[in-house]
Amino acid sequence: MRLGLIPRHQPSPRRRAAVTALALVAGLALGALFLVAAGINPLAAYAAMARAAFFGGAYSLSDTAVKATPLILCGLGCALAFRMRLWNVGAEGQLLLGAWAATGVASAWLPADMPRLLMLTSMALAAMAAGALYAALAGWLKARAGVSEILTTLMLVYVATHWNNYWIFGPWSQGGFPLTPVFPASARLWRLSGLTLHAGFVLALLMAALVWWLLRRSRLGFEVEVIGDSPEVARSVGMPVARDVVLVLAASGALAGLAGMVEVSGVVFRLQERFSPGYGFTAIIVAWLARLHPGAVVVVALLLGGLLVGSREVQPAGIATMLQGLLLFCVVGSELFMRYRLVRRRHG
Amino acid sequence: MRGICKRFGEVRALDQVSFSIRAGQVSALLGENGAGKTTLMQVLAGVQPPDDGEVELDGKAVSLRGPQQAIALGVGMVHQHFQLVPTMTVAENVLLGCPRPRLWLGRRAAHEELTALAAQHSMSIDPAAPVWTLAVGQRQQVEILKVLHRGARVLVLDEPTAVLTPLEIEPFFDALRALVSAGAAVALITHKLREVLAVASTVTVLRRGRVVAADLPVDTVDEERLGALILGEGEVDGEAGRAWSGAPRSVTSSPAAAAQTPRLSLRRVEARGPRGELALRALDLEVGSGEVLGVAGVSGNGQRELAEVVVGLRAATSGAILVDGAEVSGWSVRRRLDHGIGYVPEDRQRSGVSAGLSVMHNLALRRYRRPPGRALCDWGALAAHAAAQVEAHDIRVASLQQPAGQLSGGNAQKLILAREIDAGPRLLVAAQPTRGLDLGAAAAVRARLAALAQGGCAVLLISEELDELLELAHRVAVLYRGHVAGTLQRDEATPERLGRLMLGQEASL
Repeated sequence: MRLGLIPRHQPSPRRRAAVTALALVAGLALGALFLVAAGINPLAAYAAMARAAFFGGAYSLSDTAVKATPLILCGLGCALAFRMRLWNVGAEGQLLLGAWAATGVASAWLPADMPRLLMLTSMALAAMAAGALYAALAGWLKARAGVSEILTTLMLVYVATHWNNYWIFGPWSQGGFPLTPVFPASARLWRLSGLTLHAGFVLALLMAALVWWLLRRSRLGFEVEVIGDSPEVARSVGMPVARDVVLVLAASGALAGLAGMVEVSGVVFRLQERFSPGYGFTAIIVAWLARLHPGAVVVVALLLGGLLVGSREVQPAGIATMLQGLLLFCVVGSELFMRYRLVRRRHG
Repeated sequence: MRGICKRFGEVRALDQVSFSIRAGQVSALLGENGAGKTTLMQVLAGVQPPDDGEVELDGKAVSLRGPQQAIALGVGMVHQHFQLVPTMTVAENVLLGCPRPRLWLGRRAAHEELTALAAQHSMSIDPAAPVWTLAVGQRQQVEILKVLHRGARVLVLDEPTAVLTPLEIEPFFDALRALVSAGAAVALITHKLREVLAVASTVTVLRRGRVVAADLPVDTVDEERLGALILGEGEVDGEAGRAWSGAPRSVTSSPAAAAQTPRLSLRRVEARGPRGELALRALDLEVGSGEVLGVAGVSGNGQRELAEVVVGLRAATSGAILVDGAEVSGWSVRRRLDHGIGYVPEDRQRSGVSAGLSVMHNLALRRYRRPPGRALCDWGALAAHAAAQVEAHDIRVASLQQPAGQLSGGNAQKLILAREIDAGPRLLVAAQPTRGLDLGAAAAVRARLAALAQGGCAVLLISEELDELLELAHRVAVLYRGHVAGTLQRDEATPERLGRLMLGQEASL
């Protein structure tokens, strides 16, 4: 007996959901093997993680939502670009630059006694503009000269890291320490009383709805779908592909930049080294696990946010990263079963 | 081959098909596109395993587990699209993928071996010549030599004349006759009746995966009978039937106002091809309103570049392109299309329909920006319009939500035409609009082109089907090496004259 693969037609949405769920289970099962090898009882570990992330009352849910917020925003940015087959893998860099711009507005360029709404709006707009311009640079190079955006967006992450370090260690350093002064109250996002949950989470949900709606209804959204499915067709019917490349990368960068603002204004209250544990990179996984659907990005970001919170409960600390990797591996691998049917062959 | 069955998902590609190829003769396999010809041959070549049935070779049942094994057993396939490396020499191409790999190519020995093999089959070819320097007919010889060199006794030729000019076809048939008289068994896959009658001994007709006529000796059939078999007796009336029975030449009446200013005029246009070579050279061309200008030529003489330059997908390096008097050279594709150009691209599946998107989305491609100046699409109106279009143009779809990639070639082309006609073109650029379509769909496409011209639209029809050009075009321009070698009025355009122009053998008129 041998196994063989037979191509199948368009999988139904139900089948897609079922296959994805199975893939997630398979990822956790594989993770369990590693945990056993490390001498940990996997069931107990998963239970502890689930408790810490989701079933530990308001505090644990609040922490999970806080971790999920930048993942949602960056994940939306990635999903939007990926839909057009633009591989923006530098959301981390756009997030860093967004955080930098928001910090500049909050602690250097605007007076501290500004009205809170005006201050926060200015910070958000500055952060989005910074992220957008940064990503648009890669988009412009791609549209004008065909430079691979995979390389440019990724390398710009390192540029952004060092750019931020210059400001943290230099002009904005607080007494020689590598961090900026704490933001004034007017530059901090509203929090739910007694909890870590901040208004950025609501903003992220609104953005998810906005991206979903624009993809479905707007003319630009239609162009994104067509270019993503078939750039040749898009060109043949006169769609402005080069313009859209710059525009969509800019939008993608704006979302990641907003994530940076939300993080400094809702969680850290200052700019410091390594304030992001790589949200912009994890967002790539989020976008793929969500199969580039904005609604699913929210769900996946909450799950991975929970994973980040829950992995605080287990040692060694690399477990969260390992599980992320395994889940991505299984979901991307499951794509095979969407497109092919596994059959047994009689003769060998 | 006996009782071969093959299913792809829901589709029965082959249903109890039997076919025999005998040594010393050409056995033709005839049928429309999608009838199962290619699938059957892929089973024989070991590319597709059959679901049921068996393949016998010299009376012994064999199980073909892959192309390598088929080659080892002496079955050689000559593909419709040549599988040659242009920068390598003839000898290198033949030795490439040789089942007996050698460390050293042994150039001189290989050259001698090849020259002898070619001579044995009365072909003459220089083994040291790089393939890119060869004419299409010679490249085909290289393909045949390749399979002969691997010891093939059964040769499968998939639409071998599709790429040849009329003048190259006869020598090719001579080569085939020489091959079979030397004892080879040849299977000829084609949908051209004349070729079957000219060169084959027997013919098997496939329709929708079934054999409708097995091993008919060709001297017992004529074109009409074969046509009826291919289409199915009952269907030889209506659109397809008319296309069949000699095609009325009056599909397009003469343009009312040929003397008016031309819709499209190209003046000394030059453009570079994908590899930077000069693909269009000082090209002059004019199409009047209501006129169908046919563009003929051997594939690769600038047809693709011509279409792309007019639509704006490729920049002209010099010269002027005027549409209704407006110089459009500097314009974007969008601006040109908005100015009234419609475009039916050559590569339907890649550039014509967005395969992963629905029929509705594909029908919206030229319409989603109406009314202008808004940010949102009116999907309600677009869906209603798409439904009307599907109805009006007889596009057979399961639903408006069906992905366009699932449509048959004919339905995909009807969709593209519906979309472009709906945009109200003043000039339609149609590149190979019926390539790969079955007779019924091809006739439907031609009828639409004729109707468009009747309504005053200028049509630039680029085609490799001479019959199609002679049926539709008022004038035929022949491209040779990126230049118009000559333009013939319909009544002076004979296949022979066109053929000479296509080969650059007749001076410009």
